[in-house]
Amino acid sequence: MRLTLSPLAVLVAAVFSLPAAAQTIYPIDRADILSGSRFDLKVEFPGIVDPAKVSVTINGQDHAKVFGKPAELVAREDGKDVSSLLLRDASISKPGNYTVTASDGTTTKSVEWTVYGTPAKRAAKNVILFIGDGFSIGHRTAARLLSKGVENGKIKGKLAMDDMPYMALLTTQGTDSIITDSANAAHAYTTGHKSCVNALGVYCSRAASTLDHPKVETLTSIAKRKGMAVGAVTNSEIEDATPAAMVAHTRRRSDFNDIVKMFYDSKIDVMMGGGSPNFLPKSTAGSKRSDEVDYIGLFKQAGYALATTKTEMLAAADGAKTTRLLGLYNTSNVDGALDLKFLKKGSVAKFPDQPDVVEEMDAAIKILSRNKNGFVLMVESARIDKYSHSMDPERAIFDTIMLDNAVKKAKDWAKANGNNTLILVTADHSHPVSVIGTVDDNSPEAEMRNKVGIYEGAGIPDYQPNDEGYPVSVDVPRRLRFVFGATPDYYDTFRPFLDGEFVPAIKNADGVMVANEKYKDIPGAVLRVGNLPNKGSRAANQGIHSGDDVILTAMGPGAERVRGQMENSDLFRVIAEALSFAPQGKAAGKQ
Amino acid sequence: MTETATSEPAAEAFALSRRTFLSLALLAVPTLAHAAEVLTFDGLYKSIGVLGIKYSDRALSLKGQAVRLRGFMAPPLKPESKFFVLTREPVAVCPFCASDAEWPVDIVVVYLRKTLVPVDFQQRIAVEGRLEIGSWTDPQSGFVSQVRIVDADIIG
Repeated sequence: MRLTLSPLAVLVAAVFSLPAAAQTIYPIDRADILSGSRFDLKVEFPGIVDPAKVSVTINGQDHAKVFGKPAELVAREDGKDVSSLLLRDASISKPGNYTVTASDGTTTKSVEWTVYGTPAKRAAKNVILFIGDGFSIGHRTAARLLSKGVENGKIKGKLAMDDMPYMALLTTQGTDSIITDSANAAHAYTTGHKSCVNALGVYCSRAASTLDHPKVETLTSIAKRKGMAVGAVTNSEIEDATPAAMVAHTRRRSDFNDIVKMFYDSKIDVMMGGGSPNFLPKSTAGSKRSDEVDYIGLFKQAGYALATTKTEMLAAADGAKTTRLLGLYNTSNVDGALDLKFLKKGSVAKFPDQPDVVEEMDAAIKILSRNKNGFVLMVESARIDKYSHSMDPERAIFDTIMLDNAVKKAKDWAKANGNNTLILVTADHSHPVSVIGTVDDNSPEAEMRNKVGIYEGAGIPDYQPNDEGYPVSVDVPRRLRFVFGATPDYYDTFRPFLDGEFVPAIKNADGVMVANEKYKDIPGAVLRVGNLPNKGSRAANQGIHSGDDVILTAMGPGAERVRGQMENSDLFRVIAEALSFAPQGKAAGKQ
Repeated sequence: MTETATSEPAAEAFALSRRTFLSLALLAVPTLAHAAEVLTFDGLYKSIGVLGIKYSDRALSLKGQAVRLRGFMAPPLKPESKFFVLTREPVAVCPFCASDAEWPVDIVVVYLRKTLVPVDFQQRIAVEGRLEIGSWTDPQSGFVSQVRIVDADIIG
């Protein structure tokens, strides 16, 4: 079946495929594809082609024979002078290496795919994937210090996510950039393919419509085909990039109205978060839809229980017959732990009965575990990232502690329910954040920067954690000095933001991003000149993502595959193998 | 009201200055005959809930009438625009927000009589114009809004 070419022929082909305007093939070169998973094959030619001269082969065989159906040749894609070949919902079942060669009669281009199977025997019944959005090593260290404390040089207790046997470093770069975003990064986890910034469930092609790009199958789709229950819970808007990656296929993550439809079409069993306006028909005041589709009504008709408060969520989860739940608790993001539990700022006055991520997860597990075929649940602590963008350390650290509390609860549940749940805890990308010392209000120095304690001067901070691991006060005299490495101009206040989330920078009338003057008169505040672009289309008004690796910790059946350095897209394969999504070998026929 | 309509020569000529505008308005436009009613962000809504918002009786009674609202101009999505988003607090726009997707739910969209001159986004401004309530999709930008102030002027 494989096309065999002499080394010389390969060289000749390579030389002929060198011109700048060569074909582009999706899935791309070096793609890893789960056996049997669906993907769109697309070949983009640099000009208009003669259909009679076009050939696309897979290991030397015509693609129509390999896929069981021919691709459609689009003579003029999007009305432009370029042709494309497109085949939706293709799949390859036999594991192995595949060479895909596309020719327009003049130039030839080849890419290599690796199609992989999974062990015949399913190792895990359930998978819980925790994603701390933007969750970096600095957050982890800070969460440990605030929630556990230090005594005699040792942390007094382990974080639940630290007490797991397997660990790996994940690299997060995408097809377009060394720096990723939450869409592209979560897409890697839910599809096993690499893509580009802003993309969900698609490769980034030249298609004009954001919804027309070549798709790859999501974790939700595959798990549902296997009869499993699937859930996604978050404290961001449910349409936001990370939860959307469970179901969506779009080049543009802000296609919220389309993403709501994709959630509906996916038949995902449990979904919870904020972002209700995109579910309301446009004639309902407060809607953000541009059509009259009532998704609240549609979800209800499809058998979903609807919860708009924590009380309703708990009641729905306790109902023994509830197997599907739509939980929407805020018009925007659900408030983070510091506001929800302590300060009551943010939107807590408007939405006083919101669940936290731990409670969402607990309710989701109750509902999903009613499916005897097991479940896949994605749990996101989304605002670690959002509060790191807004350079608000305490809020980001509290939501890291909340993530760990959810992990602890999941571990306890897994232990009490058969030890057959694979638990993965990771981030989608990092932020340039660090714990560099403490700030001590009792220091005799006058200026705030001279109250910063470094090395032995940092000492031990004064936080007193409660039973949930949250410090009862963040405004303690000796507190953590948590810094951001890439910033716009901003006023450094050296203090937690007790009156609401920090807004570091705002554009001035000349279009230049400048420090937000609101913080100028806070005693001790100092103007920090930023190091990020402050003019032009990419001017930064907030902290940004970094390209640093993220940590993946794992336990449970299948976790042993987590080790060393891995691509973020390899995490999908860990899940696929643990759940035996593409069983190979003797037992395969029985699956 | 669309951007096209507001850019008609008559409308441009009409916007000579605020004083001229107001005095002409007294003669020509009955709905603007009274001094603008002062609205606040809080005063727009009776409640904001997950399944929808309820406008205040006063806001509903002022539909189609001249109102004045104070807030912050969010950085315009496009230069040379005639519309901008007015928010309760200064907004840190997310780098990926190219649409209305991630705006707060209680924004007011302002359609100006003249092309926007950006102001300092940290300074509270006042906007005066005719209040519109109800979903409307901008045919040019696709931006969906629920509350708008149209034929508007920034008055400081």
